[in-house]
Amino acid sequence: MDLGSINPVLLLASLMVAATPILIAALGELVAERAGVLNLGVEGMMITGAICGFAAAVNTGSPLVGFIAAALGGAGLSLLFAFLTQIALANQVASGLALTLFGLGLSALLGQGYQGIKPPPTGKLDIPLLGDIPGLGPVLFGHDIMVYFGLGLCAAVWGMLKYTRAGLILRAVGENHDAAHALGYKVVRVRILAILFGGACAGLGGAYISLIRVPQWTEGMTAGAGWIALALVVFASWKAGRVLLGAWLFGGVTVLQLNLQAAGSALPVEYLSMSPYLITILVLVIMSADKPRAPASLGRIFHASQ
Amino acid sequence: MTTLIKPPSEYRRVTTSLLTISGLTKAYPGVVANDDVSFDIAPGEVHALLGENGAGKSTLVKMIYGLVKPDSGRMELHDKAFTPPEPRAARAAGVAMVFQHFSLFDALSVAENVALGMENPPRLRDLAGQIRRVSETYGLPLDPHRMVGDLSAGERQRVEIIRCLLQDPQLLIMDEPTSVLTPQEVDILFETLRKLTAEGVAILYISHKLEEIRALCDRATILRQGRNVGTCIPRDTSARDMAQMMVGSSFEAPTRETRTAGAVALDVTGLSLPAPSAFGTPLRNIHLSLREGEILGIGGVAGNGQDELLAALSGEARSPARSIALRERPIGRLGPTARRRMGLLTAPEERLGHAAAPDMSLTENALLTGADRENLLTRGFIRWRAARAFATRVIDRFDVRTPGADTAARALSGGNLQKFVIGREVLQRPEVLVVNQPTWGVDAAAAAAIRQALLDLAAHGSAILCISQDLDELMEISDRFAALNEGRLSAALPTHGLSLEEIGLMMGGAHGMEVAHG
Repeated sequence: MDLGSINPVLLLASLMVAATPILIAALGELVAERAGVLNLGVEGMMITGAICGFAAAVNTGSPLVGFIAAALGGAGLSLLFAFLTQIALANQVASGLALTLFGLGLSALLGQGYQGIKPPPTGKLDIPLLGDIPGLGPVLFGHDIMVYFGLGLCAAVWGMLKYTRAGLILRAVGENHDAAHALGYKVVRVRILAILFGGACAGLGGAYISLIRVPQWTEGMTAGAGWIALALVVFASWKAGRVLLGAWLFGGVTVLQLNLQAAGSALPVEYLSMSPYLITILVLVIMSADKPRAPASLGRIFHASQ
Repeated sequence: MTTLIKPPSEYRRVTTSLLTISGLTKAYPGVVANDDVSFDIAPGEVHALLGENGAGKSTLVKMIYGLVKPDSGRMELHDKAFTPPEPRAARAAGVAMVFQHFSLFDALSVAENVALGMENPPRLRDLAGQIRRVSETYGLPLDPHRMVGDLSAGERQRVEIIRCLLQDPQLLIMDEPTSVLTPQEVDILFETLRKLTAEGVAILYISHKLEEIRALCDRATILRQGRNVGTCIPRDTSARDMAQMMVGSSFEAPTRETRTAGAVALDVTGLSLPAPSAFGTPLRNIHLSLREGEILGIGGVAGNGQDELLAALSGEARSPARSIALRERPIGRLGPTARRRMGLLTAPEERLGHAAAPDMSLTENALLTGADRENLLTRGFIRWRAARAFATRVIDRFDVRTPGADTAARALSGGNLQKFVIGREVLQRPEVLVVNQPTWGVDAAAAAAIRQALLDLAAHGSAILCISQDLDELMEISDRFAALNEGRLSAALPTHGLSLEEIGLMMGGAHGMEVAHG
């Protein structure tokens, strides 16, 4: 094995790219769960976003239009979940699982005819001076815009939840929906908005995979990223900062194991492939040892009776 | 005395009225919650709303607070039509409410909780200062930055009250505010309320504790089955008269025979258990001994280890073998079934989901705890006929109002289900019976029947441990009294001759508030 062939600067740079899709999807799910909604349909919304974004970008030639379409696609699919769980009062776990299966099927249908096509490239931000700093430049300043969008989103979600009245109401709804209702807050409306936000984020995360990370369309290409995003939210104790750390860790180990495979590691490929999942979960389990508390109303059906 | 209670039609309106309610009606499918209710509240008055569970008190105040829309009738605030479409509008008009089951958020801080109840809250930092100021003015000490989940029940209530006071309310609605307080905390609360009424705030005070209402309230409106059955001046009316207005008939108070305590039946020594969950209470070095024919009452404010103590005694939580002994046999490691077989039966507080399985029939529920002692199984197969006979026996003996033994537990009213779950244990002739809140949320007649059943059981030689937050109940039936405070159990004292003040101190006093009104 030739470890010398692994370039730490390139490794760190590609870590940011590998982490972005699950970071964005996990932030969306974090907002939904803080509002008390457990949406297990992240994988389905991601893959739907991936094909919506891919198709729109190919047809218009604009990656930006692609990302907008992806957000709309993910949010559209989540609207179905919102209707089932918030209006029809269906079980959230069953509805979420159904949403994932539906999303996988729908995306395969929409994706017919898009296989083997290259999407229009998304340009990298070229920041003149900062990008030229040796080492730091390529790691921090040489990425596409969505990487920075993900980081900005993380900060925005953190600040919104901690400092704004909207964030306080969202947390209150997730913590005790009966009390929030008694105080006159619109529990169902807040939750539907949170679900739509979660869907839009999942869609963006999916489109990042099909438009930038891979970039092409194949059926089932999200390959469990949605499930990792879901697990990330739980093990990150519903905190935006820890979601970022978890996403970087997962991205880092993914890139590292690919590099190790390329360098001809003695470890069987199967072990290397499973390592990102194992290591991420393990580290986050250890991190969440400090009494993590789920939002108290998470997954519970709200009905304003009486 | 009875002449002081007048029917509503004869009741003369006071000249200046803050809130006038006339002909308010609200029906839910199958039940009329409020039927043509009329009364009024004057500024600076403490007005009691009296009634049993299900009399329609909660529905009425929810209409005033904008949570429920009336079907018909009128409300006027300051002689102007008042129809709040939602709580926000009610708050804006000067109506504030302290809820019975606190509308608080455990994982948020005091300041955040207060902010959620305000229309235009200031920045959290400024709000913390305001909270400090108001809490000092009214003698309700509170740290704005603490997590609400870590507060005691009395402190949580202070959060609700301060949340209301910050909005300068003209009418403060309080739904059963003292059910979670120690006697000392009740005194402090009453002093705060008197300060408020002196400033002209009107208080609508919901309760079924008659002595409390006699001490605090200027007028009382009594509801029965959704109807206003009378208004009275509580100070001039005896508690007995008001109780009869509430219930609509007289009922017999439990009677007790003098009895002598026998051998020790249950012995708990040095029982300590960690808290089962983040907001649970650990049990700390509990000692108690219970004799045959004796009722030991355990008081205390909710959340001081009652549920945990019951779980440790029932066998849901295991403990070191020797910390619990039933007739000198160590049982700490045994589970509930083994303990039942040996004669230790329990009835927990939560009727639906803990004492009874909501969607199973009464027969099935009878089977769940009575299978062994009532011999309802043969080689693992259920003897349905015997099970139904046992359930029917419970229903007959305890006057459980239900179509039959095949009815689902969920379909019974709270009082009837409570009679069933207590009766189910009593008829199994326990050697030791542990009950938690045996009459919680039960109407007065049913509560009297349950207490009588416990007294009768003790008279036949069973040992009974009764955990309750109703001090009157414990004074009425128990021979000795002990209090739980933060998971510690006080020494047990003979109930006879115990003063309310002593009891309050055993319950932990007013949680560091003795100086508040100094």
